Amino acid sequence: MNNLAITAHGLTKRFKTRQGNVTAVENVTLEVPHGETYGLIGPDGAGKTTTVRVILGLLTRTEGESSILGYDSMRDLYEIRQRVGYIAQQNVLPGDLTVMENMLFFAGVHSMTREAQKKRIPELLEFAGLSNFTDRLAGRLSGGMKKKLALACSLIHSPQVVVLDEPTLGVDPVSRREFWNLLGNLRAEQGLTIFVNTPYMDEAERCTEIGLIYAGKVIASGTPTQIKAMIPGHVIEFTPSIFPPAQKAVTGMDGVLEVQTYGDKLHVFVDDVPRRKAQIEAALASEGITHDDLREIEVRMEEAFISLVQRQTRIAEAAAPASTISGGAA
Amino acid sequence: MQKGLQRFGALVRKEITQLLRDRRSLAFMLSLPLIQLFLFSYAVNSTVYHIPTAVVDQSNDRKSREYLQAMVNSQYFDMTVQFQNQNQVIAAIDRGDVKAGIVIPPDFATDTDRGTGNVLILLDGSDSASVSSGFGAAGLIAQMYSLQLTTQEIIRKGQGAGGGSLSVGASALPITAATRVLYNPDMINVWFILPGIVGLILQNLAVQQAALIVVKDREMGTIEQILITPTRPLELVLSKMIPLLVLSMLAMGVTLLIGIVWFSVPFQGSLFLYFWMALLFVVGSLALGLLISTRAKTQRQAQQMALLPMIFGLLLGGLIYPRSSMPFVPQFIGNLFPLTYFIRISRSIFVKGVGLEFVWSDALILGIYSLVVVILAARAFKPRLD
Repeated sequence: MNNLAITAHGLTKRFKTRQGNVTAVENVTLEVPHGETYGLIGPDGAGKTTTVRVILGLLTRTEGESSILGYDSMRDLYEIRQRVGYIAQQNVLPGDLTVMENMLFFAGVHSMTREAQKKRIPELLEFAGLSNFTDRLAGRLSGGMKKKLALACSLIHSPQVVVLDEPTLGVDPVSRREFWNLLGNLRAEQGLTIFVNTPYMDEAERCTEIGLIYAGKVIASGTPTQIKAMIPGHVIEFTPSIFPPAQKAVTGMDGVLEVQTYGDKLHVFVDDVPRRKAQIEAALASEGITHDDLREIEVRMEEAFISLVQRQTRIAEAAAPASTISGGAA
Repeated sequence: MQKGLQRFGALVRKEITQLLRDRRSLAFMLSLPLIQLFLFSYAVNSTVYHIPTAVVDQSNDRKSREYLQAMVNSQYFDMTVQFQNQNQVIAAIDRGDVKAGIVIPPDFATDTDRGTGNVLILLDGSDSASVSSGFGAAGLIAQMYSLQLTTQEIIRKGQGAGGGSLSVGASALPITAATRVLYNPDMINVWFILPGIVGLILQNLAVQQAALIVVKDREMGTIEQILITPTRPLELVLSKMIPLLVLSMLAMGVTLLIGIVWFSVPFQGSLFLYFWMALLFVVGSLALGLLISTRAKTQRQAQQMALLPMIFGLLLGGLIYPRSSMPFVPQFIGNLFPLTYFIRISRSIFVKGVGLEFVWSDALILGIYSLVVVILAARAFKPRLD
C-alpha cells in the first residue's frame, strides 16, 4: 500500500438517469506506484473522466474501493484535495481573471503563506513559460497556454500526485509536445506521480504504465511494451490499388489473425511473416489488385489498442449482449 | 480556522474581481433597481389628481367660493365648467366632458353655520381610480368644513345608440367623513407603496443574482477546478454572497435616496436601524437565491425558479394587496418569503418612524430565516459534482 500512489479495486460507478441506471465504469482495478506516469487510455466515452472523478472524490462511488496516497476517495475528501493537483478535462479556469490572479487565487485557497507564494509563483510561471503573460486574462490565452496555466495552477501547492484529464485536448501538436516535455521534467526532477487520461496513442507511449479502458472496463494494463506484446503475430503493411476488394481478399485467409485499415493502407496481422507474405501477394495477384511492397512493421500502440478492443468486443458478443453503456465526460 | 479564513479571503477576492470586471452585468444590476423603482412607483400609484370637475354653485357666496377654492387647492379637482343645475352635470359626465361634479345648494352658508351643511359630489363610476381618489379627497375637505357630504356614483349603462341612458347610484351616500388616515394624512399613495417597493427591488436583485451564481460556475465548468481545492462548501457559498451583499446595499441606498428626493417620501425613522434591518433582509434573500442556485441544473432553470419569490413577493408580501384580508393559504405562502417581513419593517421605520421596540419580532423572524436558509444552502451545496 505504501508503495502505491493511486489505487482502485473493483471500482464501479453507476449514474441514475430517467432511463434507469447507467454503468459508466465497471469493476475497474488499477494501481499506480509512486513516481510513475500512468496513462488511462481509451476512446471518448469509455469512462476515463468518470474514473478519475471518482478516485478524486468528485463523484460518489457506487462500489469498490479507491484511494490516493492511502487516503480514501470518499472519506478523506480534504486530505486528498490538499495533496493532489488536478486539471479537469473542460478545464475552465476563471477566464475573467488574469494569469497572475488565477495563480494567486489557487495559492490562496491552498492557504499558502505569502513568502511561499512569492517564491513559488514566479518559479511556476517560468516553468510554464507564462512569465510574460501575467496580466493577460486567462480567457484570452491560446489553447496550449491555457493548459500550461492550468498545470501551473494545479502545481501551486507542490502536490505529490497530479491528475490530468485529457490535458492536450484541442491543443496543437507543437504545444502538445511542449506540454509533455513539462510533464517529463516534473517526473524526472521531482519524482511526481502523474495520472493522465488521453485518447491519443502517441501520448500513451510516453507513459511508464498504461491501462486501456473501453466501455467502462479496463481491458488491458501494463507497460507500453507489455501491452504491445499482447498482440499475437506480426503486422504486414501495404497499400493496395483498390481498397475494399483487397481487404476482403485478405480477411479470413489462413494464418491471418486480424485486418485493420490505416488510411489507404492495410495492416494485416499474421502468424508467420515470410509464409503469409507470399500467400497474400498471390491472393492479390489473382484478384488483379496491384500494390506496393509488403513490409513488416513494428506494432504500435494504436494497432495494439484496436486489436485488443476488437478482441474484447468479440468476447462480449459471445458472452452476452453488451450491457455497458459509456457514461462519458458529462 | 486561519486556513479557512485565508481560503475565504481568496474566494471573496476572486468574486469581487470577477464582478468588477463584468461591467455590463454590473451596470445592469445597478440600473435595474432604478427602472423598477420608477415603473412600480408610477404604475402602482393609483391616485388621480386634477379630476376635471363641473360645478353648480347655487349659493354663490363667500363661504361656497371658499369651499370650492379648497377643493381646487387640494389638487384633486380642476373646475373646468360651471352649470346651473344637477342634470346638466350628469349630462356632462355622461358625455365624458368631466369626471366629477360638485353641487352646492342655495342655503349653503346658513346651513354650514348651523352645522348641517350639505354638498353633493357626483363621480363617474366607470373610472374607479377617479372615484376612489375623488371620494377620499372630497371626504377630507368636507371634514375640514364639517359638512355633510352626499356623494353619488354615476354609472353608465350601455353606451349604444340613443346617447346612452344613465342611472344615478341607487343610494346617495351621506358620509360624515369618518375616515381618518393616519401617518399619511394626504393619502399619498407613494408614501405607502415606496417602502414596500424598496423591499421588492432588493429581493428581486438579491434572489436573481444569487440564483445565477453557483449554477453559473457549474454550467461553465469552473466549479470542478475549484472543488478540487480544499475549499469548504460554506466558504464557497458565503464568498459568493459577500460581493452581492455589498452591491444590494448600494442599490438600496440609491433607491432610498431617489425615493426621498424624487418622490418626496419623508424618512421618519432611524436610518441606522433601517440599514441593519435591510442587511438582515438582503442576507435572507441572497440565501434564498443561493438555495435555488444549488438546486438548479442550468442558469435558465435558476432564473425561472427565481421568478417564484418575485411573483409571490409582489402578490402576497403585502405590497399591493393587504395581507390582513388574505385567506390562510396565501397568507402562509407569503410568510415563506423574506419580503413579507421586510415590507412591514420598512413601512414601520420609513413612514411611521418607530423604533426597534415595534419591529423586533419581524426582525427576529428575518434573522432566524436568514440563518436557516444560509445553512440549508451550504448543506445543499455538495463538495462533489453529482
